[in-house]
Amino acid sequence: MFRYLGKRILFMILSIFLIVTATFFIMKAVPGGPFTSEKNVPDEIKAALEAKYGLDKPVFQQYLDYLKGVVTWDLGPSFTEKSSTVNQIINRGFPVSAYLGIEALIIALFGGIILGIIAALKHTKWPDFTSMVIATIGLSVPSFILAAFLQYFFAIKLGWFPIAKWESFKYTVLPAVALSATPLAFIARLIRSNMIEVLSQDYIKTAKAKGLSTLTTTVKHAVRNALLPVITYLGPLLANILTGAFVIERIFGVPGLGREFVISITNRDYTVIMGTTVFYSIILVVLVLLVDIAYTLVDPRIKLGGTGKE
Amino acid sequence: MQLSKELFEPISMDLKQAEEIQRPSLSFWADVWRRLRGNKVAMISLAFIVILVLCAIFIPMFSEHNYYSTDLAGKNKKPSAEHWFGTDDLGRDMFIRIWYGARISLEVGVAAALVDLVIGVIWGGIAGFFGGKVDEIMMRIADILYAIPYLLVVILLMVIMDPGVVTIIIALSITGWIGMARIVRGQMMLLKAQEYVLAARSLGANNVRLIFKHLIPNALGPIIVTLSLSVPTAIFSESFLSFIGLGVSAPVASWGTMSSDGLSAMRYYPWRLMFPAVFISLTMLAFNLLGDGIRDAVDPRLRK
Repeated sequence: MFRYLGKRILFMILSIFLIVTATFFIMKAVPGGPFTSEKNVPDEIKAALEAKYGLDKPVFQQYLDYLKGVVTWDLGPSFTEKSSTVNQIINRGFPVSAYLGIEALIIALFGGIILGIIAALKHTKWPDFTSMVIATIGLSVPSFILAAFLQYFFAIKLGWFPIAKWESFKYTVLPAVALSATPLAFIARLIRSNMIEVLSQDYIKTAKAKGLSTLTTTVKHAVRNALLPVITYLGPLLANILTGAFVIERIFGVPGLGREFVISITNRDYTVIMGTTVFYSIILVVLVLLVDIAYTLVDPRIKLGGTGKE
Repeated sequence: MQLSKELFEPISMDLKQAEEIQRPSLSFWADVWRRLRGNKVAMISLAFIVILVLCAIFIPMFSEHNYYSTDLAGKNKKPSAEHWFGTDDLGRDMFIRIWYGARISLEVGVAAALVDLVIGVIWGGIAGFFGGKVDEIMMRIADILYAIPYLLVVILLMVIMDPGVVTIIIALSITGWIGMARIVRGQMMLLKAQEYVLAARSLGANNVRLIFKHLIPNALGPIIVTLSLSVPTAIFSESFLSFIGLGVSAPVASWGTMSSDGLSAMRYYPWRLMFPAVFISLTMLAFNLLGDGIRDAVDPRLRK
């Protein structure tokens, strides 16, 4: 267990190191410095600016400084938003994004599981067919199209929800639904196929044979086993929700980190791009590791320490 | 009732007849095609894709409109006989822009999938075939790359490279091949332990012959399934990038940029969002359904 964990954490740190390094050098490779847009700056001011942001040092020294900054969690100042640092931008945007993400996660999990169970229990009948049509459409319609569609019908035409901004729970509903659609569809398909497989297992027959009701068999035996593989999907699911938020937050004007990220890309605000990328990557890599550990703890059939990959 | 010998009649035991094949034998791929043809949804999707490809090739060739000429007097026009899908805020014909957008989406989808195929098959093939240390190192590299969120890498690369279709394809391919490599590696490990590989080896086949003659053809089923499902992913990524302003640059029409433009005008000119949205969604749907159909046809046990 500890050897396995140690190995995983080592690779995790290696991944993060690689991301930080790659991000740094990619950003350094961009032609033109961050102050190219400010025209006709006297050389003295330019030199002073570069000294302030540490750009006068050799690249390798800058890289070491940046690595040190990541370790001590100080991601430097923003180039375009002069008054704030990258840390401030993350602290400001992330709670909003996390709230939206968790809401979307809950919708995706509950919606997907219910849809999948209904489909499996009524296999090859119309509820199955309907659920799978919904799931396939959910997988095919890009989230930004769905978001625009929801905004058009439920905010502009029907006026049930606010069009944009972020003030109360009412404002969170449409973005969260738009964000949850793709993972919801994926979970529904996953649960359905798992349930169908589980329902044909011997232990379900045993449960039925000893006289358990259909409800008990379904809930206690079938669903619990069909849920297991969903845990492995949680990693990609979180990645999906995080990156999906880039567009959803833009469409609904949500002041989250995703929108900050897209704005920093448009403004070519390199420190913010770097900082946000590093932040997102660390969150994802850590969450994926936690998910993997949770999976091995929940499913006793999986042995730790083995390569586990085939 | 008394059973007498006369009641029984021996059937002719013609050994020759027993050996005769009653129906023409079907190769694996003929069988796949037969199953796929029976799948109505997949065939409709295939027909849709074929029509889409033909329209994307020919409509821009023979149309009186083009994607870049503007007409400020006739901007934001509703769909009409002159402009079938209306015009945008610069008076450009939406119908023709949709088909130019289709060209970009299809190019990116197919090219990215093919690059993934080549790199993935070579990488996964080598790792799976040789195993041991080689496999360990190669798959570790893939694992580390895989841990980095796909769209973040693509966005980072798009920030520093010049916008354009080729850039998008390169950016999508940087991490896109890993899924394919994993599938191929798994297949290789499975197949190389089979007896016909041992037989071929003892007949003196070298590694190259083994890989290309025996292993890859037998792994083709899962490879094609993965390939068909990576096309919609690439199409989605292209429109996503163009939507956040990192894809192709103006005046080139992409479904993503058209949706992004249409979004701001949605309240007053909903068709400007509707047409690109419908086309992206239908294309993704068709590729996904065809991919599902191919998966079911290649391996009916996987039917979900």
